[in-house]
Amino acid sequence: MKYLDEYRDPRVAKALLEKIHGSAGRIDREIRIMEICGSHTVSIFRAGIKSLLPENVRLVSGPGCPVCVTAMSDMDRMIALASPPDGTDTLVATFGDMIRVPGTKTSLEAEMASGADVRIATSPLDAVMWARKHFEKSVVFLGVGFETTSPTIAATVLKARKSGLKNLFVYPAFKLLPPALVALLETPDIAIDGFLCPGHVSVMLGADAYRPVAARYEKPCVIAGFEPIDILLGISNICDQLAENKHEVANAYGRAVSNGGNVKAMGILDQVFEPVDAPWRGLGTIPASGLGFREEFAAYDAIRRFGLDSVEAGSEPKGCACGEVLRGLMDPPRCPLFGKACTPDSPVGSCMVSSEGSCAAWYKYSS
Amino acid sequence: MCIAVPGKVTVIDEELNVATVEVGGTTKHASADLVPDIQVGDYVLVHAGFIINKLDEDDALETLKLFEEYMGVNLTEDRGK
Amino acid sequence: MSDNIILLSHGAGGKKSSELTEKVFLKHFTDPALLELNDMAVLELPPGRLSISTDTYVIDPIFFPGGDIGSLAVHGTVNDVAMSGARPIALSAGFVLEEGLSIADLERIAASMARAAGQAGVRIVTADTKVVPRGAADKLFINTTGIGVIPGNLEIGGGQASEGDRVLISGTIGDHGIAVASSREGIDLTTPVVSDSAPLNGMIGELVASLGSDIHVLRDPTRGGLATVLSEIASHSSVGIAIQESAIPVRDTVRGACELLGYDPLYLANEGKLVVVAAEKAHEEALRIMQNHPYGSDAVLIGTVTGERPGKVVLNTLMGGTRLVDKLSGEMLPRIC
Repeated sequence: MKYLDEYRDPRVAKALLEKIHGSAGRIDREIRIMEICGSHTVSIFRAGIKSLLPENVRLVSGPGCPVCVTAMSDMDRMIALASPPDGTDTLVATFGDMIRVPGTKTSLEAEMASGADVRIATSPLDAVMWARKHFEKSVVFLGVGFETTSPTIAATVLKARKSGLKNLFVYPAFKLLPPALVALLETPDIAIDGFLCPGHVSVMLGADAYRPVAARYEKPCVIAGFEPIDILLGISNICDQLAENKHEVANAYGRAVSNGGNVKAMGILDQVFEPVDAPWRGLGTIPASGLGFREEFAAYDAIRRFGLDSVEAGSEPKGCACGEVLRGLMDPPRCPLFGKACTPDSPVGSCMVSSEGSCAAWYKYSS
Repeated sequence: MCIAVPGKVTVIDEELNVATVEVGGTTKHASADLVPDIQVGDYVLVHAGFIINKLDEDDALETLKLFEEYMGVNLTEDRGK
Repeated sequence: MSDNIILLSHGAGGKKSSELTEKVFLKHFTDPALLELNDMAVLELPPGRLSISTDTYVIDPIFFPGGDIGSLAVHGTVNDVAMSGARPIALSAGFVLEEGLSIADLERIAASMARAAGQAGVRIVTADTKVVPRGAADKLFINTTGIGVIPGNLEIGGGQASEGDRVLISGTIGDHGIAVASSREGIDLTTPVVSDSAPLNGMIGELVASLGSDIHVLRDPTRGGLATVLSEIASHSSVGIAIQESAIPVRDTVRGACELLGYDPLYLANEGKLVVVAAEKAHEEALRIMQNHPYGSDAVLIGTVTGERPGKVVLNTLMGGTRLVDKLSGEMLPRIC
């Protein structure tokens, strides 16, 4: 498969690893690299990359899994949509990722089992199709994701408006990446030397988005794709920069990411949504880090339509260290619940439930 | 964070602005609403039923050439899939 | 209209029930033991220990590329019986039909079962039908129980793997999972992937006849896929298993579909694949036997049984790294992350 196989070539991996060992050897301390994105976390584990890196290179997982950073209050409200307070007949459309995430009392999976109409979409456009087919129901799409996913939902809202659909709503629980990155860097006890930046979010944002961060906090920020070779290229670039005391933005995913990003997609996003303060699991509320509907599109806002502010929002589960894990302050196995009360089969925290959560990845792929 | 897959555009439905994208022997319809001017034959990234970007073939070739130069391996033989 | 769909009266035990039995089932199920129309079948069995297995089939869609719920119900149970090294002899078939099911579809499925049983060389000797109201079942469910006889004193089972053994697989993984998922998730496959649903007892018969006690474990990696089966063997036998990612055969189309859906082929269901754990000295012969069989032409060596990390499966990745392979947790869902 073109654009996949070339980046899975063991010979190239070997050469890159030699290069990484070379640069890391010139640095006589531990290098901590944060892979912000959950898909990077999974790729790193699946390719067994940690087992190949020099001893002084440590990879730390960051808060880039949209499921993991969804606050319990949002989760509870999204689950409430399956049987909303006003008794509306709803069809909840969601990406498969959210199905098993535990709320305070229940989950979408449990609501489905109790007879709620919850359906798994592979695209937000599925919700448009269902809204056309079931105009007796209110179709609510659970809007979870970063800048890669939110424009697809903004485009879906535009499509719904164009076709005059009155029964399609979106619960906006989107997150923006740059504010989270800044919030992380402002955390007093965070010790990260460089960032492996998410490839597909960067497709939308463009490499320029990271320049202020790299300059102000003096950390190398390297954009990487998701194939094993892409990740090794990114790590290699960070190690090279650290060995030479540089802190630049580098793009190791040039085939997909430009400096300016996807201007059209970001324009569509901006047309429908505006930045709002948003709660992040484990990071607290970060100013202007989420998205809410602009007034012009208020009719599609599930929060306003269903009066979800009245739904009591639960707090984070006791003893769960998802917050520390998401900030890169703790490796999952050090959480007291890890592998005991909290496993992929009975997850307590969101980092265990999402297939790309760092706890789930640690549990599944290493021991 | 976001799974997106590279594939080749084989058909474009101008009216719906939907492309047919081929990924390793499977095809999927993807909306072209988020990208300007997609052509048949372009390689694109698909995420959640949308094309999120065109892939830059020149840049990809450059990277592969770099691998070849530094590492003495041949990667640009046509994998044509 | 009522002539061509299943009615509740088809399950009431009266005239309609007899009509359905005669017009649909007896047309295809023609074993003498079954034609006695008793509530049981009496069979003469060769000497040996009995291997017995039961399984219920509830697959959606009921017709999929490469098979249907009927052929699957025969292959699945024949294969489970055979995993002890037994020669499968007879099957029972229990049907739960939903009111409103098309009789033509039911007949197609009965014909397919008869054909699959014929090809596998097993007899369908007793059957039963129940009808439930619309909505109480999804079209139809089939339960098959199979019996077979284990020749000699073979001890083949999940707990028999020992250090130094070799791990073989009879062909590409994930074909069935993707054949079924693609018809569910609306992915068009340019090169169609058909289910690998097949009876494995012929291949197993040859392996057991030639290599006997050098065959330690036989498993068919159905739900949960290759990863889950290997994890189970590792824990039952208290051994480690090391497999090579580069050796595991996956069709390009299956890989493409997995990329699109965010699935890992290691966890996809197979219905006609055989995992063999054989003594090191016998593994080349085992491979040869498998490769000479129509259902094992792509058979390969994928790994070894080790003394390290008992209960764990370690994958040596393409990149040259290592990682653990765990059992499947929960159901695989299409993901965007």
